[in-house]
Amino acid sequence: MIIVKLKPFEEILSMLEGHQRILIVGCDGCSGIYEVGGLRQAEILKEQLELARELKKSEKISVKTVTVPRQCDNDIVAKKLRREVAEQEAILSLGCGVGVQTIAEVYEDKPVFPGLNTMFIGMENKSQGKLFERCQACDDCILAETGGICLIARCAKGLLNGPCGGQVNGKCEVGGYTRDCAWVLIWKRLKQRGRLDLFTKFRHFRVNRQHPPRELELPISVTKSQGGKS
Amino acid sequence: MRPEKTYSELMRELKARRFVFTGELEPEKTTDLTEIIEASKFLKGYVVACNVTDGPGAYAYLSSLAASYILQRETGIEMVYQLVCRDRNAIALFADLLGAGALGIRNVLALTGDHPAVGDTPDAKPVFDLDSAQLTYMIRKMVDEGVDLYGNPIHNPPKFHVGVAANAKADPLEPEILKIERKVKAGAEFIQTQTVFDIEVAKQFLREVNRFNIPVLIGIFPLKSYGVADFFDKNIPGAAVPPELLEKLKRVKDLDKKIRNQKYDEVNLEVFIPFIKELKKTPAAGCHIMAVGYERLVPRLVEATK
Repeated sequence: MIIVKLKPFEEILSMLEGHQRILIVGCDGCSGIYEVGGLRQAEILKEQLELARELKKSEKISVKTVTVPRQCDNDIVAKKLRREVAEQEAILSLGCGVGVQTIAEVYEDKPVFPGLNTMFIGMENKSQGKLFERCQACDDCILAETGGICLIARCAKGLLNGPCGGQVNGKCEVGGYTRDCAWVLIWKRLKQRGRLDLFTKFRHFRVNRQHPPRELELPISVTKSQGGKS
Repeated sequence: MRPEKTYSELMRELKARRFVFTGELEPEKTTDLTEIIEASKFLKGYVVACNVTDGPGAYAYLSSLAASYILQRETGIEMVYQLVCRDRNAIALFADLLGAGALGIRNVLALTGDHPAVGDTPDAKPVFDLDSAQLTYMIRKMVDEGVDLYGNPIHNPPKFHVGVAANAKADPLEPEILKIERKVKAGAEFIQTQTVFDIEVAKQFLREVNRFNIPVLIGIFPLKSYGVADFFDKNIPGAAVPPELLEKLKRVKDLDKKIRNQKYDEVNLEVFIPFIKELKKTPAAGCHIMAVGYERLVPRLVEATK
């Protein structure tokens, strides 16, 4: 899941300064699932914005809310938002950075503002009540060699040959020795599996690095199903 | 150990299996190296080579390459140019290494480097394009094969020996040892350890790395004052100063200024002379003395353990 968090209200308020008719677009995908950017949050934000403008006795504001199944699909964004967008002069997206850009790309003539900060690709752990970063989409997965623990996402230095000298009792120097050293976790797991040979393998400088912006062909079946309806 | 070629005095001594001492100098946030040059006079004739730190603790300090060159030229002591992967991508590391070759540097200590988050420019972008093992590998490619990472030839390749760091008291120790195995595979030619106070820790570590057949210099950190010791003890995780040593230094702290330094020296000599004497009985190749700002102790320490 793409993990997001709401921007500080003051920041949102200042971004929207000078705009009267605002459309808040929620997203039922990742941000909606974690109740950061679904329709309910859009409605709460609407009330807060109206109240803030009223208190500051500044310009009037007219806020509408809407949500889409996912903002990261330009087809959905084009079909589901056209009418609402036409009525408003600015858009506040409660989707991730991809959602914001999808809306901005589809509705080039309207200013689109991000209501969220996009954080990471994460895993949910209910018992700890937390979301944890687990993948950095490096396009070259070696989890098979590291006991299923990602050294790119979970080692602060992303070292292919760790641990570094910054681990103390299995904790990392980054974050004040509170977070696990990924390389010590890898060592423990590979040891448990009797595969320390994988641990001692020397990993070379990464080659064939793909540079952003990356792209990928959509599977034909998906292209057909989406395109067929339009 | 690579038998064929020897490019540095340090490697010559290591190959001759003579117990060696190396020192450490730390350029800071300055353009003036006068003080360090002055301090390094204490080291001359007592250490075979001297490390020059590269932004230790992720502090933004004077370039270790510039300092290595100037200090080597001004003091006549051979330098061990410390190079961290934190701040430079593969292109910049390579470029600096060619520069070091052109400036007559003969030893490089290949380090990953502390994360910027722990230093004085915490928002600097952490690079780590290579890690210490990969940097070691690249250096050996440059020196032995005269090529870069992609096999492109270097005109007049540099001549270095490459060392790596290790933490003898890493906890857990096994991943540290296995990492050293990797660095040795990548081409490391000598090891310098982080600070050790307990000779038993040094012995245990030496036993563990014995199978790699690589010279190991055990690191020590003489404590100039109680203040330094206390700071080190409290702020550098995993670097606890033995409580009885801390206590001895504390007692010196309140003595009259005139005799205080002499007493500090006595406490240090009392601890480190037996340590080094004992170390000489082990397979250790030498002792890396990190007496930054406390260079005056080095001659007495070396003399007393001859």
